[in-house]
Amino acid sequence: MRRPVAVRVVGPLQWIVYPSLLAILATLVLATPVTLFGLSLPEPIIPMVLAFAWPLIRPSITAPLALLALGLFLDLLFYTPLGLWSLSLICIYAAILVSRNFLMGQETRVLFVWYTVASLGAFFLAYVIVTIVAGRAPSLLALLGQIVPTLLIFPLADRLIQRFDDGDVRFR
Amino acid sequence: MAFRDGPLENLKVPLIWTAGLTVLAVLAVSVFLLLGQRRDDPDSQNAIRGAGDQVSGGVGGVLAAPVRWVGAASDYIGDYFFAVSENRRLKEQVAELQAVADANIALQNINSRYESMLGIRVEPPVPTQTARSISESRGPFARSRLIDVGTGQGVRIGNPVINEHGLVGRVVGTSPRVSRVLLVTDVSSRIPVLIDRTDARAMLTGDGSGNPRLEYVRGTDSVEVGDRVLTSGDGGGIPRGVPIGVVARGIDGSWRVKLFSDRGAIDFVKVLRFEDFGQLVDPETLNAPPLAALGTAPVPPAPEAPAPATPSPATQAQPGGEGE
Repeated sequence: MRRPVAVRVVGPLQWIVYPSLLAILATLVLATPVTLFGLSLPEPIIPMVLAFAWPLIRPSITAPLALLALGLFLDLLFYTPLGLWSLSLICIYAAILVSRNFLMGQETRVLFVWYTVASLGAFFLAYVIVTIVAGRAPSLLALLGQIVPTLLIFPLADRLIQRFDDGDVRFR
Repeated sequence: MAFRDGPLENLKVPLIWTAGLTVLAVLAVSVFLLLGQRRDDPDSQNAIRGAGDQVSGGVGGVLAAPVRWVGAASDYIGDYFFAVSENRRLKEQVAELQAVADANIALQNINSRYESMLGIRVEPPVPTQTARSISESRGPFARSRLIDVGTGQGVRIGNPVINEHGLVGRVVGTSPRVSRVLLVTDVSSRIPVLIDRTDARAMLTGDGSGNPRLEYVRGTDSVEVGDRVLTSGDGGGIPRGVPIGVVARGIDGSWRVKLFSDRGAIDFVKVLRFEDFGQLVDPETLNAPPLAALGTAPVPPAPEAPAPATPSPATQAQPGGEGE
């Protein structure tokens, strides 16, 4: 008689909802107007990590909807034009979803390069939109000040991919 | 008949297709939201943003409490280690400011005498409302803050916001208990300013960096490095004379302003519940005598003709009086 095998089911709650809530929590905490030893807290776009990792973990219907919600949350919190961050995030998701077959199973360094390219593309899109809406181009130095912390949180995306990629035996 | 038993029973759509369709739908919604914004009507989304500010202000205020404690601890450590040098610097500053304070008293006295002699209508005192900054956005695309006062405390859209050093920004969104302040460094901020030394007018335009640009400077050689920049009051949105900062050269060669408000943490601010003269004047008073009597005043008689005892109805008609 075969022994029953424990099947680990990883639902959207584990890899979409909980990370989204954590991203919202971290964004709210980093938006606190305090200075630590004379320096302001960084303001990375944390949901970019999710927009990059989710299509690599598994194609999903819930993930784009979650990105829409996260983008609207960022727009309301940061007072950017409504739709700006949801569009940027979904563009990252779409680009990675299309190139998913090339990226599956790649090592971390390759993924970081792709994450950098995708993030820069999203920031460029946001830069163009804000330039058109505000009638003035934002400072490139200030833009760099947001790009760098966003790239530095790539280990979170890598951790998320390694944690949930192939984690559900039903998708093997 | 259940859906599973129908002709679509064996239809299986690849997951990547459904995900792709969802992506297209989200793309369409995002573009629609972006295009649906009316740039000429900032109040069009005030209800949505006001509700969002209300929620994020409340939640953020609670979540940020531990971060504030850490910030207070770092300030305490900094004060402990730099107390001696800070004390020396403050003593020098007090000695310098004592002379300025004496001169200020004398100038105020002379100024008030001039005003009374000339009969100048001075600006009325501006009521203020103290507030605490709850949340901050400091990215390149938006620079704003949430403060914990709203329409319930009399705050209105357009009110200027200052801290103890200078101008911080102005209110662009309100809800009952929380307001949104657009900082002068935001990419869409435009503030009419003047150079204190030369009285030259210019426009302070934010670009998302810490030091906004000084553009449209009138006159030649009217700006130098180190000049003080104040609000000009042009347009009536912000009272004249609110300090903003000092002029500096940017690395790109453009004129920029080092903000006074950056000298300390912007944790507590004051909202100036300012209304310009145009808003303060009751429209009814503009139609009251003597201006309203212009349409009914008799025309002065011609020098040659004999003056009639009572003006005829024909002489009472005035140009433009028919429309009233």
